This record gives sequence, C-alpha cells and structure tokens, in this order.
Amino acid sequence: MTELINFVTVSLILVGIGIYGLIVKRNAIRMIFAIEIIANAANLNLIAFSRYLGDIQGQVFALFAIAIAAAEVAVGLAIIIIAYRLYKDIDVAQYKYLRG
Amino acid sequence: MADAGFIGLSILTVGSAIFALESREIIYGAIALAISMLGIAGFFILLDSPFVAMFQIAVYVGAVAVLVIFIVMLVRTESLFSTDEDKGRRIAGLIFSLLMMVGIGVLLFSSLFSRAEFSPLMEKIVNKIGNEMLTYYSPVFILLALTLAGSIIGALSLARREDSDERAQTSTPSPQYEEKIYLDKKNEEHEQEQV
Repeated sequence: MTELINFVTVSLILVGIGIYGLIVKRNAIRMIFAIEIIANAANLNLIAFSRYLGDIQGQVFALFAIAIAAAEVAVGLAIIIIAYRLYKDIDVAQYKYLRG
Repeated sequence: MADAGFIGLSILTVGSAIFALESREIIYGAIALAISMLGIAGFFILLDSPFVAMFQIAVYVGAVAVLVIFIVMLVRTESLFSTDEDKGRRIAGLIFSLLMMVGIGVLLFSSLFSRAEFSPLMEKIVNKIGNEMLTYYSPVFILLALTLAGSIIGALSLARREDSDERAQTSTPSPQYEEKIYLDKKNEEHEQEQV
C-alpha cells in the first residue's frame, strides 16, 4: 500500500536531481529542464498532501502552479532565443552582459 | 511498502529525469523530460486527482515539451554539444544534492509523516475544484489569466527580430521621393500663379 511518505520520497529525489542539474549544467536549455523538474516535484508534493489532508485546496493550487510554470517556460525560452541570437551560444558562462 | 505500479512509475519518472539532464543529445533530453512529466501525471492519477493529471498532460506534455523541442530545433546544433563542464563542479553538485536529499530524508523519515495514512477518498473532486476556482479563488483565476496573457505578449516581443523594424523603415518614403513630391508641389504653385 502506498502512503504519503512514498510520494514525498519521490518528490525529494526529483528535487535533488533538479538541484544537481542547476548546479552542474552550463547549458541554458538544460537549466530550464532542471527548473521544470523542480516545479514538478513541488506539484507532486502539493497533490500528495492534498490527498493526505482530504482537502481540495492543494489541487487548486497545483493547477495554478502548472499554469504559472507554463508561462515561465515561455518567457525563459524567449530569453534563451534572444541570448542565442546575441552570443551564438547557449552556454550561460558566455552571457557576460547578463551579469550584474 | 509500496506496490509494483508505484515502484515502476517512480523508476520511470526518476530515470527519465536523470536522462533528461545527462543525455548526450539535447533533443533526446527533451523527449525524456516529456516522459518524466507523463510519469508525474501517473502519480497524480495514483493520488486520485485525475483532473490535475489531465491538466498536467495537456500543459506539460502538450505545450511545454513541444515548445522545448521547437527551441532545440531552432538553435544551431553544434552549440548544443557544449558539455565543457568541469569535473570539480560536477562532483560538488553531486555531493550537495546527495547531502540535501539525505538530510531532508532523515528528517522526513524520523517525523510523524513517515507513518501518516491517507484520509478517505474525496467525492466529486472536479465539481469542488470548479466551485473553488469560480468563488473563493476567482480573483486568483483572473490574475492568472492576465499573467498568462502578459507572459505570452512578453515572450513574443522578446523573441521578435530587431532587423524586421529596419526593413519596415526602409519601405517608408526615401528622401529622394519626398524631394520629388516637394518639387512637384512647387511646379503646381508656379503654374497656378501663371494662370
């Protein structure tokens, strides 16, 4: 029988993978992948706790979070496109003028 | 202990998430990311929330993964193989993420959540979600729609090419053309004076 702790463990593993990707990868598209994996782990947690508490609010928040993640991917990919046009590269170490 | 379906689904999800970050070609990584999102949707179905699972499939697998695959195709292929990440950073990232996982995992397994059991199944979930969205969360709903519209307009205006503006400007009347119009007008005035 699967219980809350199983789902939370999977979510924790996904967050770990996403943070590893964010630290190690210098490729902008891969960093977007890592952010997506972290966002999905958060959604999984929301749904798992919604099921655990028997409350609908978690599902509503997960729906909002999914829509916001879609908007974030659209803007992030547009930024990657414009940075690629400027630098002819998608290595984030090359994006010198984006540093503060 | 977990049953076989759950274990298979978690192996699929976690494995394709790792493959999405570590695959040699980034297009396979994008497809692996889509499979990982499908695995998450499977978890949502296991957690008795099929509406969110359908939303996840429609948004992530239908929109986000396709968008990512399009971007991967638009960006030139040689620069996609820029895997010159140094070994030290890789080891540091591995150690950091493992430490974080072990730390939070120890906390979780020693807490009361490790023995928590699910509450009884909810009924009429979709009706309740619709009710909540259109009553209590209706300002959030409207704000979310505006955010999506704003982000799409922002993405379009960011990704627009600058030289299309220049092309539009060159199609406007050139100085020589304006001069010709000016001379024609003068001639007309001259003729009227003569009349």
